Amino acid sequence: MNLKLGIPSKGRLQDKTIDWFAQHGITVQRTGSDREYAGQVLGVDNVELVLLSAGEIPKELAAGRIHLGVTGTDLVREKMPRWSDIVAEVEPLGFGHADLVIAVPDCWVDVTTVDDLDAAAAQFRADHGFRLRIATKYHGLVRNYLSGEGVADYQLVDSQGATEGTVKNLTAEAIADITSTGDTLRANGLRILSDGLILQSQATMYASKTAEWDADALSAWGGFAKGCGWAETPF
Amino acid sequence: MKNDRRARIKEVADRLSAGFVSAGALPVETDSLLPADVLLDLYGEDIRARAYVTHDPLQGEQMLRPDFTVPIVQRHMAEGAEPARYTYNGNVWRKQSGGRPAEYTQVGYELFDRTDPAGADAEVFAMFSGMLAGYPLKVTTGDMGVLLAAVDGLKTTDRRRAALRRHVWRPVRFVRLLERYGGMTPPPETRSALLAQVAELGAEKVLEQAGTPQGLRSEQEVLARIALLQQDSAAGPVSAEEVQMLEQVLALKDTSTAALDQLRDMAASFPALQAPADAMEDRLKAMAARRVDVDNLPFEVSFGRTSMEYYDGFVFGFTAPDRPDLPVVASGGRYDALTRVLGQGRSIAAVGGVIRPETLVAVQEGAV
Repeated sequence: MNLKLGIPSKGRLQDKTIDWFAQHGITVQRTGSDREYAGQVLGVDNVELVLLSAGEIPKELAAGRIHLGVTGTDLVREKMPRWSDIVAEVEPLGFGHADLVIAVPDCWVDVTTVDDLDAAAAQFRADHGFRLRIATKYHGLVRNYLSGEGVADYQLVDSQGATEGTVKNLTAEAIADITSTGDTLRANGLRILSDGLILQSQATMYASKTAEWDADALSAWGGFAKGCGWAETPF
Repeated sequence: MKNDRRARIKEVADRLSAGFVSAGALPVETDSLLPADVLLDLYGEDIRARAYVTHDPLQGEQMLRPDFTVPIVQRHMAEGAEPARYTYNGNVWRKQSGGRPAEYTQVGYELFDRTDPAGADAEVFAMFSGMLAGYPLKVTTGDMGVLLAAVDGLKTTDRRRAALRRHVWRPVRFVRLLERYGGMTPPPETRSALLAQVAELGAEKVLEQAGTPQGLRSEQEVLARIALLQQDSAAGPVSAEEVQMLEQVLALKDTSTAALDQLRDMAASFPALQAPADAMEDRLKAMAARRVDVDNLPFEVSFGRTSMEYYDGFVFGFTAPDRPDLPVVASGGRYDALTRVLGQGRSIAAVGGVIRPETLVAVQEGAV
């Protein structure tokens, strides 16, 4: 069975992934028209390239339908409880850096730490009759972090996009979102809490522990390992 | 095989349930699908992580019953007369991390009676103790009321006492707060900087410079908190003696009789502990009258701190010491605080507990 390698189907993440392989002497290229999701790997035998939406890659790794996949640490940790049972981190790739952070409105001059957020949440609940709302799409990661910090009286509200706008729109009081430069947060009058860094994420090569690693797949792994300086076995 | 096990679990559940009924409890049923808003408001995000939430286009968010306590308390508060004894026997659903089944049975007993708290605590404990006699289990008891009373007795600001009370169930933050209030850790730099700026320019000016107000949390709310931060920074630290006393209370762990003696000793220099010591003495007497061996009954002040936020008095738990892989077999306690939140001002005196028949069967299998 061929080793199936899943990479993002478009955009900067795909370009950077292809660059990264090129630096290691492996050519990953798309075939057919720009719009066709097909491609090939030159320099390593028995490899099938699978182009996937970045958000689908964790799911495909977990199901064992791909052996290797490039995706963000944030997505793996959010979407896979007990992720380290399911995938192995082969190598962080050094691009796609993004931080999952908690941010509050600039005008909350009294709130600079998670400690303050907790105190503000208590008072907010008493004043408004409901729990302080934090908009995010990273429910698992944010909940774990706040629960570990012993924060109470908050609730998470789902926001799948334009999360920075939820405070202005009065659908949330604070947000937890991915940022790389912080520009969008600042432009929306939001400030990161000094200890509000939940996770530093970057594009990472993962190996699926649930995929079937037969002789062909392992020999393809060996081909990658030689070029990329990985261990002899995937995990 | 699997069916045999199910049948055995049902047999154990029914036997326990019959035991509660014959002790005078009224069997009650509740819906399996509950409106999520009440449970979410009560338990917060923690319950969302553990319970199954589903969405109905007309009814909004619904939750698969994560426990029986809330629907039973609600029903009792709406239509029940006291004293009341209820029992239930049915399934609950909770997400499990350790590969345990997410659907399991609970058999429980709830007692609502405000006339005799010590007697009610003793009645419930003796009932569980009796039902579980014969199984190789370890019992632990505790009393959240001791810690709450100790916090209430601190010579510090109302705000600080309230903040500590609020986090009694979250040990990490409780310790952090205590260290801050005790002056062991300095306030964060950002706070000192803010207070210096406010002292120089005035709070309104500082707020003005911070940018356009946005969101539901108003400028008045921010100003109110700044005022509180100023008051807090002016208040002196909680004394070293009191911090030490609190740490001693937290660490108290002995047999019940010996723990009561120690509590009495501490109360001599810290009178706030007098009331919980009296309450404990009453309870131990009531338990002894029900043939509970209080001289050998383990007691830990910190027991039950992390199990449920709303336990605010006597708590107990039965575990299988030979089977650390299994969840707690039975647990319970006093949860007047929960009824206060559910009743929005009204409250009832409530004590109860729950047994997991699945775990009991697993304990038996392990013992064979």
